[in-house]
Amino acid sequence: MAKVELIGVKRHFEGVKAVDGIDLQIADGEFLALLGPSGSGKTTLMRLVAGLEPLTKGTIVIDGRSVNDLPPRERGIAMVFQSYALYPHKTVFGNISFPLFVEGMPREDIRKKVEWAAGLLGIGHLLDRMPSQCSGGERQRVAIARALVRRPKVLLMDEPLSNLDAKVRHTAREELKLFQREINVTTIYVTHDQAEALGLGDRIAVMHEGHIRQIGAPDDIYHEPANTFVAGFVGIPPMNFLERDDALLGFRPETFLPSELVPGRDPMKFRFQIERVENLGSYRLVYGTIGSEKVIANLTLHHPIQEGRAYDFSVPLRDVKYFDKKTGERIKR
Amino acid sequence: MSGRRLLEQEKYLAPALLVPVVAYVVLLVGFPFVMAFVYSVSNVTVGNPDFKLVGMRNFVEVVQDRTFQISLMNTCIFTFVSIVLVLILSNFLADLLMRDFKGKWLVRFLIMLPWTAPIALGAIGFLWFLDSVFSPLDWLLRSWGLLGKPDALFGPASNLYWLGRPGLAMASVIVVHVWRLLPLGTMIRIAGMNAIPREIIEAAQIDGAGYFRRLFHILLPLLLPVMSVTVLFSTLFTFTDMTVVWVLTKGGPPPHSTQVLASLAFLKGIQSGDLAQASAIALFFFPVLAGVAAIVLRFAKKAVVT
Repeated sequence: MAKVELIGVKRHFEGVKAVDGIDLQIADGEFLALLGPSGSGKTTLMRLVAGLEPLTKGTIVIDGRSVNDLPPRERGIAMVFQSYALYPHKTVFGNISFPLFVEGMPREDIRKKVEWAAGLLGIGHLLDRMPSQCSGGERQRVAIARALVRRPKVLLMDEPLSNLDAKVRHTAREELKLFQREINVTTIYVTHDQAEALGLGDRIAVMHEGHIRQIGAPDDIYHEPANTFVAGFVGIPPMNFLERDDALLGFRPETFLPSELVPGRDPMKFRFQIERVENLGSYRLVYGTIGSEKVIANLTLHHPIQEGRAYDFSVPLRDVKYFDKKTGERIKR
Repeated sequence: MSGRRLLEQEKYLAPALLVPVVAYVVLLVGFPFVMAFVYSVSNVTVGNPDFKLVGMRNFVEVVQDRTFQISLMNTCIFTFVSIVLVLILSNFLADLLMRDFKGKWLVRFLIMLPWTAPIALGAIGFLWFLDSVFSPLDWLLRSWGLLGKPDALFGPASNLYWLGRPGLAMASVIVVHVWRLLPLGTMIRIAGMNAIPREIIEAAQIDGAGYFRRLFHILLPLLLPVMSVTVLFSTLFTFTDMTVVWVLTKGGPPPHSTQVLASLAFLKGIQSGDLAQASAIALFFFPVLAGVAAIVLRFAKKAVVT
């Protein structure tokens, strides 16, 4: 376990500013989710921490010590790759034990440690199998066990759930969180999936074009976005934006409701022309326009709504956010 | 129906496309192969119209021949040492070529050169390089004081006579042959490396494995199928090749220090006119090479992972 500190970290190659000046502190035992669209630099940032990419500028400090000049193996990190990167010619035991074997640990101790890690992840019965004989979920556990067996100071995970099918992914996410709490290792988790980031992260850093656009607890990221990028990127469907005079006005689809359902004294009122209703089981997405601007509402209640008609919809004032038209930055009002 | 229409139908198009390759195999591979079989059990010689079947006599005579035994031994040494050297050197070269550095194109060009140049031309270049009097290698050694002085490392004579001494001649032949095979081995090795996901190598790096641990525990096991292809091709090219030997030493220095089976067959069949014995020698390759191919292919299949 250790604190991780990034100071002015840059990585430029062939004219691309993949990571362009990042300052970040990750507390001991914290679970930080790096969230961003593809090409935002989140994976590059993680690879910089791992030592798999050379730094263009800046300093990376792990556990109070600059690791800029250390190779990956001396940084006290472990990594779970998106493809798991298991060694296909080694058994599950061979895979998990490899980091210990390389250290030259005595055979007895290796066995004990491997059994501990395998037990933690519930894959003790798979030790003699080859990776090709394991399911996707099992491989993912093997990869995590291999990462943990050395008791790393920092655990790096690069979209570890993205290769699982939807059902397994859900349970895997839950387990991952429980288990990270249990061993309390400082974790950096790269994902483009906001549900993973919101569900897993103690804090989320939203990345875009090599910069961190906002960092904060999942609630803050979702309810108090710092700019239009974060507001538009986080949330499915994204935040609605309306141009009003000098500012952009934003509100979440689920706060945009038929007026009679909106509590509070003076909500912001709109005439909502409905074009299409999409019934998705537990909720309905309602597509339409306010004036000429497209807006989406998310209704969880069985309120009668018909396509092609106009209704009075409202947003509680506290749920309306304002952004600067030019810079996209949040304006507090 | 017009000719164009006919060719649009698969049952006509397929045979039409196959004809060239079938003709090639039958005329240029199959026919000589059958003729070699027939000759090897006959008494045929160049310029002698007499043709009698003599059974296994040629094979028996050939196997008992001391020259054949030496040539067989030489062929095995030549093949084995060449392959080992190609495997080791192609490993380092592939590593080098997968890195980014200044002047990479030049290095790559130089490494690929032996493969693009005609082998006879390359071998003649080496013939001059290893000349008994004017060898630039000897000249270098002399100028460094390693040759041509009473107490020099390589002896007091003014030349090493690369191709004139049995051990050195064999070593020279092997070096030139390795120089020629290396591009193939390197390309196969690079192709194999590219097939290994980069993440696996990075995982090994993070797991703490240094260069040699990565090489022996991760890379080589994963490269086995590809390396067995290198072994197969190198064996085939080396076992059946006589160009390098013929250009450099003609099997010499006497009596047969670098004679290999291919050059011996050429010597007997074309130069001495004994087609029957030459065929018997050449056919000796067949079971050996078929066996090697079978073993290597089975091995490659077994070693395929993921």
